[in-house]
Amino acid sequence: MKTLTRMFLSIIVVALILMYTASRLNVSEGYSSGNTLTIYNWGDYIDPDILDQFQKETGITVIYQTFDSNEAMLTKIEQGGTTFDVAIPSDYAISKMREENLLIPLDHSKLPNLKNIDPKFMNQSFDPNNKYSAPYFWGTVGIVYNPKLAQGIKFDSWDDLWDTKLRNNVLLTDGAREVIGMSLNSLGYSLNDTNEQHLQQALTKLKKLTPNVKAIVGDEIKMLLANNEAAAGLVFSGDASEIMDQNADLDFVVPKEGTNLWFDNMVIPKTAANVDAAHKFINFMLDPKIAEQNTEYVGYSTPNAKALKLLPEDISSDERFYPPQELTDKLEVYDNLGKKMLVHYNELFLQFKMNK
Amino acid sequence: MQANTRSIYMLPYYIWIVLFVIAPVVLVGYYSFFDVDGNLTLQNYRTFFTPTYLQMTISSFWYAFLVTLFSLLVAYPAAYLLTRTKHRQLWILLIILPTWINLLLKTYAFIGIFGTYGPINALLGTLGFGEQQLLFNASSFVFVSVYIFIPFMILPIYNALEEMNPTLVSAARDLGASGWMTFRRVILPLTMAGVKSGCMAVFIPSLSLFMITRLIAGNKVITLGTAIEQHFLVTQDWGMGSTVAVVLIIAMAVIMILSGGFGKEVRHD
Repeated sequence: MKTLTRMFLSIIVVALILMYTASRLNVSEGYSSGNTLTIYNWGDYIDPDILDQFQKETGITVIYQTFDSNEAMLTKIEQGGTTFDVAIPSDYAISKMREENLLIPLDHSKLPNLKNIDPKFMNQSFDPNNKYSAPYFWGTVGIVYNPKLAQGIKFDSWDDLWDTKLRNNVLLTDGAREVIGMSLNSLGYSLNDTNEQHLQQALTKLKKLTPNVKAIVGDEIKMLLANNEAAAGLVFSGDASEIMDQNADLDFVVPKEGTNLWFDNMVIPKTAANVDAAHKFINFMLDPKIAEQNTEYVGYSTPNAKALKLLPEDISSDERFYPPQELTDKLEVYDNLGKKMLVHYNELFLQFKMNK
Repeated sequence: MQANTRSIYMLPYYIWIVLFVIAPVVLVGYYSFFDVDGNLTLQNYRTFFTPTYLQMTISSFWYAFLVTLFSLLVAYPAAYLLTRTKHRQLWILLIILPTWINLLLKTYAFIGIFGTYGPINALLGTLGFGEQQLLFNASSFVFVSVYIFIPFMILPIYNALEEMNPTLVSAARDLGASGWMTFRRVILPLTMAGVKSGCMAVFIPSLSLFMITRLIAGNKVITLGTAIEQHFLVTQDWGMGSTVAVVLIIAMAVIMILSGGFGKEVRHD
């Protein structure tokens, strides 16, 4: 009994010592050295060379950390205990962070380079007047297809996915907003439509797609499409460029009815320890030359009008990633429809999945 | 004094049970009465009894049944042969070995194996059967699930067969019972406990499978696990997710009681 008590006590003592050391370590990491900048970004989503340039120019030491989903990033920042100075979430995550008071407003006077951004990518519904965020990259949702397997279908319209020649040959991304939004777009409605009649029409139309759907999958869609597992797939343009890097036979297209426009924007979380350096970094990334270099490295579409002019002709004139004006006008950001509507969208999506 | 010490020794276990068994179940039950906006409601249960969720429940039970059935059909003979082989320890190790590998990894491997350009299709092509679609259908889902769960079926049956007194079999044969009769009247009843716990170890987790439904079945098979995953990760409708979980917990308890899982322990005391 005595030994047992002693063992328990010593465990508790050790635990307390560890707790104290850990908290000390955290404090020293966050506050002791004044001139560091912690960046929280998606994996492989910046040219490492740019970070070196930034350190050399400003003398600020950069600590670079990565996440693999908006949800993971949100949870980590919500829980606190982190000192991320700049984070790069997607549009809907920004709208959530804004609502939950997790962001510090940007001081636009410290961001003179913000004027380089094309006005059409500013002032989006997820962040009116860009109070909290500055655009980093943007993209669309479209169709990746294999011309060899697609039997002459051009996929310039969403309706081409319904073509009977594609029986059991289409892969879909496992996302309610993406799939129902596509159906709404194909019917000529907005992908933010909340009219029950329109949503039911979209579901009825989706149910007709069932014979063509080979699978509804998550991130595996990249691997499956690159392996020619299906003739066509509904994917984000960012994933599309990755897939085409792996399999040169494939092509990407944004259908003419319009589609989703998504953003990854730079924000300053409430937990930031070095707000000044964060502004310097954001302004640095908005510089035309830096943005151009980064775009060439990452391969996504840049919202920076001046950087776009600097890009090589074969990139900036690629209509798959920089659609012509009349199509760009039809692109829509996913509005935050509220939790109730999101649940309803998912309920409809579930009904589509269960359709046999 | 002795009773006192005993209860102190039990304390960590009580704390453990309260924190990690009772508290989560109570929380799940509690959340199931709230809607997305945090209002107290019974709407979640009403939603559950709509065709969408009922159909999902039926398909969950159906696939869990199939997985258990096929696991049993493969596991029983395998366990029986295992008791008669020479290098038993080695064979058992080989059966347990795959459970050391991460579930996700094993599932991903099957995407490659079953793929249109995978080894199985290459073999079928060489044999002249042509290309088959092996991935993204119900049979591949059942196959992979059976593969994953089979060790949990083999081991309890093997243990039950090991514990059985072999002279009983000889006695049955001496008294003129045929091979089939010996199996049906002697071996099977004596190993029933192993079969039951094996079925339980397979049926209950397979009721709420979710990852395999997407990776292997491409969401062509929808189970209650899929719905729970979606409600917690995508819509953040914790209330509805909890409601589905509560129904699953109740269903599992009912299954345990019906199959006598609780009754047996009472007899032990």
